[in-house]
Amino acid sequence: MPLNPSITDQMQKTRDAWFRTVTFLFALSIPLLLLLLVVILVGQALPSINIFGAGFIFSSSWDPVRETFGALPYIYGTLVSSLIALIIAVPLGLGSALYLAEVSRSKIKEYLAVMIELLAAIPSIIYGLWGIFVLGPLFGLSMLSGGVILAIMILPTIAAISREVFRSVPNIFKESAMALGATRWETIKLAVFGPARSGILGAIILGLGRALGETMAVTMVIGNRPEISASIFAPAYTLASVIANEFAEASSDVYLSALVELGIILLLITMVVNGLARLLIWKTVGKNNIF
Amino acid sequence: MENGRQKQYFLRKIKDRVFLLAVFVCTLIAVLPLLFVLSHILLKGLGAINLDFFLHLPTPVGEAGGGMGNAIIGTLILILLACGIGLPIGILGGIWLAQFGDGKRGFFIRYSADVLAGIPTIVIGMFAYALIVIRMGRFSALAGGFALGLIMIPTIVRTTEELIKMVPRSLYEAGLALGIPGWKVTLRIIFRTAWSGIFTGIMLAVARIAGETAPLIFTAFNTPYWSFRLDQPMASMTVTIFNYAISPFDDWHAKAWAGSLVLIFAVLGVTLLVRKFSKQVQYG
Repeated sequence: MPLNPSITDQMQKTRDAWFRTVTFLFALSIPLLLLLLVVILVGQALPSINIFGAGFIFSSSWDPVRETFGALPYIYGTLVSSLIALIIAVPLGLGSALYLAEVSRSKIKEYLAVMIELLAAIPSIIYGLWGIFVLGPLFGLSMLSGGVILAIMILPTIAAISREVFRSVPNIFKESAMALGATRWETIKLAVFGPARSGILGAIILGLGRALGETMAVTMVIGNRPEISASIFAPAYTLASVIANEFAEASSDVYLSALVELGIILLLITMVVNGLARLLIWKTVGKNNIF
Repeated sequence: MENGRQKQYFLRKIKDRVFLLAVFVCTLIAVLPLLFVLSHILLKGLGAINLDFFLHLPTPVGEAGGGMGNAIIGTLILILLACGIGLPIGILGGIWLAQFGDGKRGFFIRYSADVLAGIPTIVIGMFAYALIVIRMGRFSALAGGFALGLIMIPTIVRTTEELIKMVPRSLYEAGLALGIPGWKVTLRIIFRTAWSGIFTGIMLAVARIAGETAPLIFTAFNTPYWSFRLDQPMASMTVTIFNYAISPFDDWHAKAWAGSLVLIFAVLGVTLLVRKFSKQVQYG
């Protein structure tokens, strides 16, 4: 690449400075967009925040006609369906991660790992469609169906990250345990679970973050009824689902504003959960991993 | 004494076997949903797929024939729009992070990208609604593309940064030593070397947004007609599948299965290809 002699050294330096500035501005647009998102959503939610105050979170009335809104059934549905998902996905995810990272030496393990990863690539809407026609007849359109579909969707997250975490435990720990005569189970109990503990917790919490914000699949199977019921076979409703169902049709400003406030509650919950997960994962596998 | 020790040894061995069996069963259960979902979609969707499905507009309930042609085109247009927003920000931002982002500012921007990655896509849809749909006074492809573009950004930023950092520093220095200015070395040498890897990252991000529904239902909305105007509502495969899936009509359900089959083949196909391809280009 020959240099154009008419371009002086000084001009090249300014061009370098320009390049740096332009790329920086594009990079800077990411936090700015994030800030804009928060500002605009809070602005939209202000009418609802002003009218209902803190009572919004504790009220379970949702009546667009009388314009009284409360978030409690949705918060409850979001938390409980995610909890059911964790109860199912955590043992399966950790178990399969242990099998793939520590136990299996056979060749199928590569294929099994790819298959679990592919679970994460299937679009939410397709899980929803499958859920309506397969889980629906089994468990009804209910909290349980929502939890099960969420479990399938977060399983690959938990499995993939905890697999990385197990792998990051130094081999010397495992070899030491084995040299003392430990069986494979004892090796994992003694030498792997200890150093991997916070990473595993991080993987679980990251899975929780995914479950909380997941929309379509849950919307299609959870039954969409804003009631707090003790039975997991009863229909329920989540924050994301009510937004998906009602946002496009919100007829009044207060109604729209209340839905945006639900979105902000969801945003806050997921931000806290994801932040916690990130800290825990950083502690074990270092900051360079993309999760 | 000897007997007790043997018993203990036997117990430990049993525990170990139980553990091995348990983790193996966990893995099997974990892959079952994939097989269930795929086989179910193949079974239900294959019968409803024909040439009309790709070329024709949706028909009203009860009328035979018809397809999702407009939704397939719509999804492609929305992906292009998303790339128009996600790629410049993601790639140029990633270049800055890789080359100049070691300090506090870099950490802050990287952290923002992580936070953005964790935001539920439905909330991003609300943002696009408040920012664009309310101002324009109607649902539009632009708003949908904007929302999908935002969703792409974190993936593109991270892969660009990682892959540019993988290019050996000596290559950059060699370029400078030849008298090539820094920006040109970055774009013409470093970026080109990293490009194949970055491209796989882009394809993965595209595969992901192709399957997004939540950010589109109140931004791009839907339409049963051919639509090419960016300031008008636009059909997408995912929203069309959603509307068909929750309808009470059997022939619409069949269309939903067919749409899912096409979508899943596209998405899983790209994902698998990219995986295969990215194994070949990895270096460092």
